[in-house]
Amino acid sequence: MTENKEYKVVGTRPIRHDGVDKVTGRALYGADFQIAGLLHGRVLRSPHAHARILSIDTSRAEALPGVKGVVTAQDLPSAEDRIADLGEGAVNLKHLCDNILASDKVLYTGHAVAAVAATSPHIAEEACKLIDVEYEVLSPVLEVRQAMEPDAPLLHETLKTTSMGETADEPSNVASHIQHTLGDPEKGFAEADIIIERDFVTGTVHQGYIEPHNATAHFNQDGHLTIWCSTQGAFTVREQVAEILQYPISKIKVVPMEIGGGFGGKISVYIKPVAALLAKKTGKPVKVLMNRTDVFEGTGPTPASYIRVKMGATKAGKITAAEAYLAFEGGAYPGSPVGPGAMCIFAPYSIENVIIDGYDVVVNKPKTAPYRAPGAPNAAFGSETVIDELAEKLGIDPLEFRLINGAKEGDRRADGPVHPRIGFIETVETAKAHPHYTAPNGKKHHGRGIASGYWFNIGLESSVTINVNADGTINLIEGSTDIGGTRASIAMQAAEVLGIPAESVNPSVVDTNSVGYTAVTGGSRTTYATGYAAYEAAQDVKRKMIERAAKLWEVDVSNVQFEDGLFSSINGKEEQISFRDLCGQLSQTGGPVVGSGTVNPGGAGGAYATHVVDLMVDEETGKVEILRYTAVQDAGKAIHPSYVEGQIQGGAVQGIGWALNEEYIYNAEGTMTNASFLDYRMPTCLDLPMIDAVIVEVPNPGHPYGVRGVGEVPIVPPMAAIANAIYDAIGIRMTELPMSPDRLLKAMGKI
Amino acid sequence: MRDFAYITANTVSEAVTLLDEKGQSARILAGGTDLIVQVREARRDVDWMIDIKSIPEVNVLDYNADTGLTLGAAVECYKIYAVDEICDAYPGLVDATKIIGGTAIQGRAAVGGNLCNASPAADCIPPLIVLNASCVIAGPNGARELPVEQFCTGPGQTAFDNGEMLVSLKIPAPANNSSSFYLRFIPRNEMDIAVVGAGASVTLDDAKQTIVSARIALGAVAPTPLFAEEASALLAGREVSDAAIDEAAQAAQSIARPISDMRGTAEQRTHLVGVLTRRALNGAIQRIRDAA
Repeated sequence: MTENKEYKVVGTRPIRHDGVDKVTGRALYGADFQIAGLLHGRVLRSPHAHARILSIDTSRAEALPGVKGVVTAQDLPSAEDRIADLGEGAVNLKHLCDNILASDKVLYTGHAVAAVAATSPHIAEEACKLIDVEYEVLSPVLEVRQAMEPDAPLLHETLKTTSMGETADEPSNVASHIQHTLGDPEKGFAEADIIIERDFVTGTVHQGYIEPHNATAHFNQDGHLTIWCSTQGAFTVREQVAEILQYPISKIKVVPMEIGGGFGGKISVYIKPVAALLAKKTGKPVKVLMNRTDVFEGTGPTPASYIRVKMGATKAGKITAAEAYLAFEGGAYPGSPVGPGAMCIFAPYSIENVIIDGYDVVVNKPKTAPYRAPGAPNAAFGSETVIDELAEKLGIDPLEFRLINGAKEGDRRADGPVHPRIGFIETVETAKAHPHYTAPNGKKHHGRGIASGYWFNIGLESSVTINVNADGTINLIEGSTDIGGTRASIAMQAAEVLGIPAESVNPSVVDTNSVGYTAVTGGSRTTYATGYAAYEAAQDVKRKMIERAAKLWEVDVSNVQFEDGLFSSINGKEEQISFRDLCGQLSQTGGPVVGSGTVNPGGAGGAYATHVVDLMVDEETGKVEILRYTAVQDAGKAIHPSYVEGQIQGGAVQGIGWALNEEYIYNAEGTMTNASFLDYRMPTCLDLPMIDAVIVEVPNPGHPYGVRGVGEVPIVPPMAAIANAIYDAIGIRMTELPMSPDRLLKAMGKI
Repeated sequence: MRDFAYITANTVSEAVTLLDEKGQSARILAGGTDLIVQVREARRDVDWMIDIKSIPEVNVLDYNADTGLTLGAAVECYKIYAVDEICDAYPGLVDATKIIGGTAIQGRAAVGGNLCNASPAADCIPPLIVLNASCVIAGPNGARELPVEQFCTGPGQTAFDNGEMLVSLKIPAPANNSSSFYLRFIPRNEMDIAVVGAGASVTLDDAKQTIVSARIALGAVAPTPLFAEEASALLAGREVSDAAIDEAAQAAQSIARPISDMRGTAEQRTHLVGVLTRRALNGAIQRIRDAA
């Protein structure tokens, strides 16, 4: 089903099922969780960015009244250099364990070293001060290019660079090198009439979710472990905790509480295994909460990067070749998103000759975690700025330049895959015709910029169970935590199949014992894949209900038709019954009806976005004011347009923050000096205009309703769009993020 | 957060006696918007919090067109900008009270507390300096008065002797043809601490063309808020002009001794002193000329 057509539920805007609880404060988050006998845990964190742990003495902490237990890395099962497969890719188990509680070295300020459980959070905090840790302080490496120098201090004595299947002999901070090539770049550059090459630097930025990490763990007497927590995926928590504690998954139950934002940052576990260790040691339930400083210093941000982009084009505006060098910080352990960055960097364009090199490099900062289209925003800041410069130098309108070069169905991405039906050109055409783009823009120090972006989206496993109720409603059981309105968007897909209103679906996000395996809410996959599973489960219900109608009317199932919520008998008998009325007859026709759907779909459709921004530069202070912002995006099919718009607006706003002010600021010792929302400057509502979200619908052939993931791609274009608008305003190309007032003053020669 | 004792003082002498007795381990609590956060984040060790909000003298808010303003140490920001006469007389101070935190914080935070916290970046201090405010201080040896520009002695450090507390601030009545202005530079439009703050008060002649006197004060560019005395003095008697204002701005820049930190670089701050001084002076002059 690839044609856009009229639906009854899909494409409408019902009130979300979880909305009332959330706006009235009734929704239960991890920090709200209470249980009898609860102890409170607190983690002691490293004050040094790079140091060897010589000794840890916990005896003074253990002696403090109220303290019930102290744990260190000694309490973790010994982790050799073993590779664990956690669904999200292979992970070195020692690295995984060391990031939970450091064993031999601390690799960033905020690295967890020990943890205390006590009868109150205040006692736990005081007890942390009584843990004596002896460190041998080492020189930190805080920047990717420095870390790549041959004489840079090494974080891991055993880490050796892997490059295209080969492992180097000598240890290095470069964990891996990847390369993608297409065509003949040398020939392509020789054919160019103009070549632009620029260097770019981006800062370390955090997802900035409102709710800090939290976890409460409890061991039953028979060894069953339950963890109540905030997470993007209860099953990934189960897998990670099982690996780290070397404990069977069948003995771990993870209960996802409501989640106050994640953006990729709540996939990796931090304090969940620590809470479990403390619960095991004390025999009591233990709750561990992070504060904001813990979140900034002790959880994964998305990395700083150094990027070089070179592109050539003919006078007619055809790109002949592109080259990129991407060096991304992995943080303390390997695992930067340089891979996805390399996959996405030139994906909006059809380019015959491409070479892309990517490097994953460790530095003394927290291990990076996914953040909304991980890797792609860094990469697009480079490529989309160079595209803008090419268009400008060639005297071609930047949107026209994209129409000349835009990727279409059948074009090959430099990393291999051939595009199925995609909607990039449609986003450009829509932006070009939008009143924002056609409005005049000529005031002094005002500028307009545009940029595009790509994110591939993922599929992965999802399971849904539907229980049919006697009153014509259904209970929809799912395993995808709802971060951005997915209870609604998933319920609506089941409702569409069954011909019932969205309000007749009662969706529940349940624990890992109560639903089939479901991968994380991430990769823009949930409305696509879990929605697909809901569609399949609803089809299963439909089949079973048809059997019941057939039984009721004593006809063959082939003689029962279901349309618009009405079962009817065809060929002979004139019988009709509504879905609701048939639900009331289940007991008489064979008992309850339960439908299930499980998927692991391979047809996730790539998403494209094109953004237009107007801004004003205060040339005396270097401050940028965003005046107007339009974000056009191909959603495939917007199941619930309001939540698609919400995702587009949220992504654009996070991109604006990344562009203008957000960054980890470090002192010379390698400690972050702005680890609070006061000084880590995310935009507030007073810094933003209304973000005009424009949905384009080019259905994804890989989904029954044509859904494409929408959550991530809107953060890809803003940085370059804003840099291009700043150039338009003051004639200066900014190549370093954030483009903060002091950097603008410097670029303008005022300081 | 560590344990501490909470005591309500009902009179100034009661508070002073307690302060004197407990020494450095005691701290006055008014709105608590700085103190509670500092204790929670373990940036300040406090064993005794002495709540002064029940003391009548620290809650006085009295404006008289002849004698000026008496502002009790614990009067919350929102009460100040709710009085039209105060807004007309001291617009520079009102500018500051409206940008300290959001609405909820302005309902708790006091101008006196902002001063006693002695942050180099405090928004209220530059306007108090340019408005010639003085501190009424009570202590074991009685009361004394001190000009605000002499109150802060370092980051978080004040001129208080042991046992002393702020009772109120006194601001003289504004002269004819005078006004004041305060602004700060922050990279966002809210939720930030001043990278640089600048306050100015200006008195013009009756023709509103010549500067009779002016005062300029700066925040976040030295260990304490600064009274830019020379920059202020060189405006007296000058006709209002870009040249005069530029000269004052340059003189103000010359006394800035900023540091580089997570909120801004030293070069950026020195540059902004010039920009903000000009904007503060022009803002005050504009207010005088806009007044009927």
